[in-house]
Amino acid sequence: MADKHVHTFPGRYDEIQRICQFVADGAAACGLDATAVFHIELACDEACTNVIEHAYGGEDLGSIRVGWHCVGDAFIITIHDNGRSFDPDAVPKPSLPDLPEGAPPPDIDDVKVGGLGIHFMEQLMDEISFSFDGDAGNTLTLVKKNV
Amino acid sequence: MSDVTMNFSVESMKRVELITVTGRIDSSNAAEFEGGLKELTSNGRANLVLNLSGVTYMSSAGLRALVSTLKECKKRSGDMRLAAPSERVAEVLTLAGLDSLFQMYDDDTTAVGSF
Repeated sequence: MADKHVHTFPGRYDEIQRICQFVADGAAACGLDATAVFHIELACDEACTNVIEHAYGGEDLGSIRVGWHCVGDAFIITIHDNGRSFDPDAVPKPSLPDLPEGAPPPDIDDVKVGGLGIHFMEQLMDEISFSFDGDAGNTLTLVKKNV
Repeated sequence: MSDVTMNFSVESMKRVELITVTGRIDSSNAAEFEGGLKELTSNGRANLVLNLSGVTYMSSAGLRALVSTLKECKKRSGDMRLAAPSERVAEVLTLAGLDSLFQMYDDDTTAVGSF
């Protein structure tokens, strides 16, 4: 098992960039390219924003423990909190336009952008899994393959 | 890693407000970003051109601000059009499936002239 790098951050929006920096530095050190590092940064940003907004229900109500390590070609990130758990399947999917080329733009009032965070994580990462334990807290694991 | 701060400037033109944003837009400053845009629309300025060429990073919080402002502009019979979105912004818009929602132009002149 490779060394695991772990850091605990206050659950505040102004800490998100530091969290992104911590993980992006790790991804770069593990040899991922700039595009993959950007995807990891964005996925972590969305995950931690969700922790503050939904698990804790606001800023300064808990901490976020973030860890990363490399195993083979996989860059693995864990994001842990002690806030409320949730059912990822119950999060509404964003209602986004899926139009054929050349079609007119959709009616703006029909566009719902809630749930974009999980949508981004699913699109950007190779694996994503949640575990919820009432006493131990919530852990999100994100995996990006170095291909 | 992207720039740490967001800068927001507005140039009032005859029929259009040209807004230039640079830096990083995430959940820590998306409200400030949206507030700056809302101040324009609430003052009756509903034709906006947003130059995003200098935006190095945008999360879904920034996208929500864009969609919310576009709704506000449309409600007032205006529009918000994007000029020269950076590669990162364009990727995030596509990822969200929102690229078809915004009229996008290569530069400020074309975007402003489209109104």
